[in-house]
Amino acid sequence: MVAPPAAIAVNQQFHWIDRLAHVLLALVAIILLYFVALPLAAILVQALQSGSGEFIWLANFVAYAQTPALLGSLWNSLWVSGLVTLIVLPLAFTFAYALSRSCMPYKALFRGITLVPLLAPSLLAAISLIYWFGNQGVLKGWLQSIGFDEIYGAPGVVLAECIAVFPHTLMILVTALSMSDARLFEAADAMGTTAVRKFFTITLPGAKYGLISAAMVTFTLVITDFGIPKVIGGNFNVLATDVFKLVIGQQDFAKGAVVAILLLTPAVLSFAVDNYVSRRQTAMLTARAIPYSAKPSPLFDRLMTLYCAIIALLVLAMLGMAVFASFATFWPYNLTPSLRHYTLGLLDAEVGVAFFNSLKMAAGTALFGTALVFVGAYLLEKTKGMDGLRALVRLLAVIPMAVPGLVLGLGYIFFFNAPANPLGGLYHTLTLLTVCTIVHFYTTGHLTAVTALKALDSEFESVSASLKVPFYKTFWRVTLPVCTPALVDMARYFFINAMTTISAVVFLYSPETKVASIAILNLDEAGEMGAAAAMAVLIGLSSTVATLFFMLLAWWVHRRTQAWRV
Amino acid sequence: MFLDLRQIRKAFGSFTALQDINLGIQKGEFVCFLGPSGCGKTTLLRIIAGLELQTAGQVFQAGRDISLLPPALRDYGIVFQSYALFPNLSVFDNVSYGLVNRKTPRAEIRQRVTDLVKLVGLPGSEAKFPGQLSGGQQQRIALARALATSPGLLLIDEPLSALDALERVRLRQEIRSLQQELGVTTIMVTHDQEEALSLADRIVVMNHGVIEQVGTPVDIYREPASPFVADFVGKVNVLGANRVNGRLQLGRFSLPGHAHNNGPVKAYLRPEDVLAQPIAPGDAHVFDARIEKIDFLGAYCHVVVSSWSLDEHRLTVYLALNFLSEQSLQVGSQLQLKLLPERIKVF
Repeated sequence: MVAPPAAIAVNQQFHWIDRLAHVLLALVAIILLYFVALPLAAILVQALQSGSGEFIWLANFVAYAQTPALLGSLWNSLWVSGLVTLIVLPLAFTFAYALSRSCMPYKALFRGITLVPLLAPSLLAAISLIYWFGNQGVLKGWLQSIGFDEIYGAPGVVLAECIAVFPHTLMILVTALSMSDARLFEAADAMGTTAVRKFFTITLPGAKYGLISAAMVTFTLVITDFGIPKVIGGNFNVLATDVFKLVIGQQDFAKGAVVAILLLTPAVLSFAVDNYVSRRQTAMLTARAIPYSAKPSPLFDRLMTLYCAIIALLVLAMLGMAVFASFATFWPYNLTPSLRHYTLGLLDAEVGVAFFNSLKMAAGTALFGTALVFVGAYLLEKTKGMDGLRALVRLLAVIPMAVPGLVLGLGYIFFFNAPANPLGGLYHTLTLLTVCTIVHFYTTGHLTAVTALKALDSEFESVSASLKVPFYKTFWRVTLPVCTPALVDMARYFFINAMTTISAVVFLYSPETKVASIAILNLDEAGEMGAAAAMAVLIGLSSTVATLFFMLLAWWVHRRTQAWRV
Repeated sequence: MFLDLRQIRKAFGSFTALQDINLGIQKGEFVCFLGPSGCGKTTLLRIIAGLELQTAGQVFQAGRDISLLPPALRDYGIVFQSYALFPNLSVFDNVSYGLVNRKTPRAEIRQRVTDLVKLVGLPGSEAKFPGQLSGGQQQRIALARALATSPGLLLIDEPLSALDALERVRLRQEIRSLQQELGVTTIMVTHDQEEALSLADRIVVMNHGVIEQVGTPVDIYREPASPFVADFVGKVNVLGANRVNGRLQLGRFSLPGHAHNNGPVKAYLRPEDVLAQPIAPGDAHVFDARIEKIDFLGAYCHVVVSSWSLDEHRLTVYLALNFLSEQSLQVGSQLQLKLLPERIKVF
């Protein structure tokens, strides 16, 4: 054994241009610390403090546990979320199975219809249910004939949540089921395996992780949703509505923070499970797997078509009712279509301004969000040095995924409403609403950007350095043009979610900066159901227009910048 | 010495990737780093490029200590295994990528690019995108891009491994003649011994993070410094043997040797150093052998023989197909073979 030479600390020098990248990375780190980490820390501090600011350990939690009404909400939240998960999971699984494993016709159409609800705020489902089954609902009698007095309360919440989360659950399961290896099925066929056995030994184990992940996401979405229980919940209290009442109604910040931490638990848990699961899922499928393609089977295909048609019809009934009601002159007495709710209910009542606020916020989110997220991801993936800071930014970029909007919004009040905050002036401004929305949806954009960047040859930066071309020129001339399709995707995602989000911004608006989704809640509270429906339809419409616009943009960008793809 | 590596060591955590690397490279030399995958040859190349930082040691280029300089402050052009051509830029924009940044006048850039694409054998391809070119053509453009700024050092990482056999040989010859024409000092990493033997002025054979041998291709092949080199470069028969009183006991043969200590050793014998012809009557070291197996490979066959004279050790020899058919030799036939004892390496 030769003794190793004395350890000398060797550090590579950096070109001043590389230092520029470090400064930018530090800037991204500061932004994320200030707008992600500190607001969340503010919740924790708030939960551990008394009203006068003393540190009181877990006394707030104890006080919470001794309030029977609040504990009731916890129980309500848990069983409603559990029940919705149990209902939606098999329904969505069957639908996803039909899409990926059958030869039924019109797959794209069925899939498209079930994804449309994503374009409108989730509480559209609640509004529509009220028109179908509410006090003046079309089918109120049906509801009573099966033993429910009224739709308001638990039945409405469960039903509306089922409709609202269905597309989310479906998307996860379609991804899980589309990852399958045809060779396994061929081997099973060669051994004469029955269809049922194949399902239980190949299909189900293959989709196991997707199912777990879908269940967790469904549960989390329901338990953290605010809009639906607010609109159709009546006196049925859940955690999400409690937070709102405690903080906005009673100004009891401490208890509000406790509930926020309770809401954070399933989200963090689901995030951890999802992380674990996605790692297992990719390991299962090798690069050599051959994708499965279904063989026609008349009876099965017809059954699946029937099933999907029923689901699609239900979705259309939900959407259609909201649209119809928004045009009905005076429900339920005068159903002649008119623009009364749009003109009288929105424009003249000066809530039209909320719609334009929404557009402004969505545009800002799409523009600045995409820029920040992409630059952040680029600096993380393609520059070198500052490894400690890099790890921190990486962590801060995925945290928002585990934070429900309601909790994030609450953190923003606690943090930005504090007198000592130098940026306290942002409170109630559209800027803060935009920032909060960017942060809320940061992680999905970040993951899209990282995937696009990882697809690029990792040696581009090395080649540029050897040619003495600064990194920002390569970013501008190569990285950005190659990644434009991903950028358009990110912008679309930001825009639509900014249009439809409620939970993150419900704590942050002022009358001047009210956005459209919040206006729906206010109109509903004021009994202006028609105008509320009209506003929801407007949001859905603008999201649709935006989607079409972004599709057009993607097509144009593809032609302009992707000509090299042959 | 144009490029001088002194005491380079590289550790990834507890794994030592490179150890005690000392190497000098002359100006204008073509050097190949040769070794199996994981031997550290690419890591060494990346250290020279400044893309990886050595744990200890120094790198000098043209008398300048570049050990700690970032890539942008070093002087080299690099070609990667993946080509790393910018997919959205035309061949012209790729080749001129480094020139544009140096504020070279437009007309001059145009001229330089035209010259370079002609030099690499793809004149007129300036308007194409990389995706429209074959693998070999992309690699040529990557070479042109690396040479555009007239670097003092050209680094090439496994440039041919993704190409088919014919294209590989063609591009290999082109790289060699290009390098000789330009006289640029070149380091190429490869795991293909044939590539290294045919291209390099000198070969650096590496294994497990250390340099096993540095030498000309003929040196490396004829005088391997270690069993690893003998085994890795070319084909070799390994036979058990004994040293007894300064002579080598190989089967029934007692061959002249110059060893001091007695004991069991391994004798390394290349297939082409066992001859079937010409054998004159009265030649020394001739023995009878029986053919056990014939691998037909074209003009020459790999023939496995065994012999009482070699204690029934199996031995691979190369025999011409014509010789086999003239003598109507087949599996089971007997034939005479001759050892060339001066070619036997003993470790």
